[in-house]
Amino acid sequence: MSKIPESLRYSDTHEWVEDLGGGRYRIGITDHAQELLGDLVYAEVPEVGKTVKAGTVCGVLESVKAAADLYAPIDGTVLERNEGLSDNPQWLNENPYGQGWIMVVSADAAAFDKLLDAAAYSAIEGV
Amino acid sequence: MNHPRENNRQNAVTDSIFDHDHALPAPESPGDIPAELLRKTPLNLPNASELDVLRHYTRLSQKNFSIDTQFYPLGSCTMKYNPRIAHAMASLPGFARLHPETPAPAMQGLLQVLWELQEWLAAATGMAAVSLTPAAGAQGELAGVAMIRAYHHARGDTARHKMLIPTAAHGTNPASAQMAGFEVIEIPNLPDGDLDMEALDAHLGPDVAGIMLTNPSTLGVFERRIAEIARHVHAAGGLLYYDGANLNAILGRVQPGQMGFDVMHLNLHKTFATPHGGGGPGAGAVAVQERLKPFLPLPTVTKGESGALRWMTAEDAPRSIGQLSAHGGNIGVLLRAHAYIRRLGRVGVSRVSAYAALNANYLLKELQKLGYQAAFPERRASHEFILSVSDLQQATGIRALDVAKRLLDFGIHAPTIYFPQLVPECLLIEPTETESQATLDRFIAVMAQIREEALAHPELLREAPHHLPVGRLDEALAARKLDVAAALS
Repeated sequence: MSKIPESLRYSDTHEWVEDLGGGRYRIGITDHAQELLGDLVYAEVPEVGKTVKAGTVCGVLESVKAAADLYAPIDGTVLERNEGLSDNPQWLNENPYGQGWIMVVSADAAAFDKLLDAAAYSAIEGV
Repeated sequence: MNHPRENNRQNAVTDSIFDHDHALPAPESPGDIPAELLRKTPLNLPNASELDVLRHYTRLSQKNFSIDTQFYPLGSCTMKYNPRIAHAMASLPGFARLHPETPAPAMQGLLQVLWELQEWLAAATGMAAVSLTPAAGAQGELAGVAMIRAYHHARGDTARHKMLIPTAAHGTNPASAQMAGFEVIEIPNLPDGDLDMEALDAHLGPDVAGIMLTNPSTLGVFERRIAEIARHVHAAGGLLYYDGANLNAILGRVQPGQMGFDVMHLNLHKTFATPHGGGGPGAGAVAVQERLKPFLPLPTVTKGESGALRWMTAEDAPRSIGQLSAHGGNIGVLLRAHAYIRRLGRVGVSRVSAYAALNANYLLKELQKLGYQAAFPERRASHEFILSVSDLQQATGIRALDVAKRLLDFGIHAPTIYFPQLVPECLLIEPTETESQATLDRFIAVMAQIREEALAHPELLREAPHHLPVGRLDEALAARKLDVAAALS
């Protein structure tokens, strides 16, 4: 059983979103996603200032097993990205909800409210 | 003897009184090399005897893993057994020494071989015409989707910018479609492995150029509703592309043309007797239905009224998508394919797929009896099948990677792992047509032992391989801290 913190919201493409307040949202991949991917070796994260669109590809994660697209869970504009990930992709495995965060975006509260809560995410098959 | 180097004799140093051919420039007379670039110290070359060198390289060669010595359940994806006769034919000096610019009247023998291969492949695939020139599977795919594009444009239908591709497809399919300028739309597969028809229908329309399918699919099962898929795609004005990667499963039995496909490529290096898998030369011949024939890549071989053979040019086929290689393609691979088909004959060719499927299904059933979980237990295997070891992962943390590494200890090559990505912790096993039952039974016995070990002594798998020159490598570290120069220092 993977870790699914109660305080976060989720997408069915296995990203988590944290409400930082003031229309700012932090995004990462879930524990389940990192477990499926295995040892991450490369992360390509959108640049600051880029707009991302919910459900569309915004980056690439590469593990020893697979190259996977990173989907934006929510419409928004990238405010910050985790610069340490390029040299330390293992953070995504070791601490997907902490040090392995991917980016912070500015987005609409209404869009955030539409995301899955922990109970709904954990109901997805296999998670 | 008037040796060209005779004039330098005075300044030369020879390493032997018998050696008249290996004159070295004297250190005090370095020719036109600037003094500051000359070495100050002797070159640090290993000083080994011929016998020591010979033993070193012989020992290295004995560490090779090859189909000549061991079982290779990666199958035709990487290396099925390629009969020696195919290589012998391709090595005949009349072929091997022929210059590609030789005028057609003086290369009728080669043109005859290529023409026959075109005809045979067209017959085997149920298509109207073939071009042999694409140099690999991916180039064949690109040629195929470029022909689909050219076909729609030639009819003035320029709105078709989408290419549909199942989630289970080979990664090259979306790459080829993207390179040809199409937008890629993913169509999901159902839990039983078949394509999701509802999702397909939802995307079909006047903006869809076609669909790219592998059948049997990468999930190791035959797409049962292929005729229905073809009807729907054609009704919406799209074309069907067949990826020939899994042709080994249907060779001589089912024709892609019969299934409703309009264009396809064949990996001649996979299915028709060329050793590959190490990035060596390939041949991705393309085959098309009548309506796509004008767009075939050049040059193809054609027979004139007199029976003389010649290369087709842009004058003959002005609507061709063009030329993909400098000459007629990778001739060596094409010669092997010709020899392979000739050797097997029509009946032999259809035995390839019969035995490939029989061997795969035998392995699948026996491995299921041992407790291994089939990804699609209700389905018959094609020429390959998928197991998932998720149950082992839950029980003792053993992953597909660990099973694969442990196989190496028994002198068996690992099968494909972690592809297709749809199935977690998967092994994709393809025994191919040429393995005996004795070899398959030994593989089953080894897999039985590995399963017992996985449950009772998982550390044995986690640390495998134990009996190879190199143990378990840290593949994550190798990828994260890539340093190709490190090995040299």
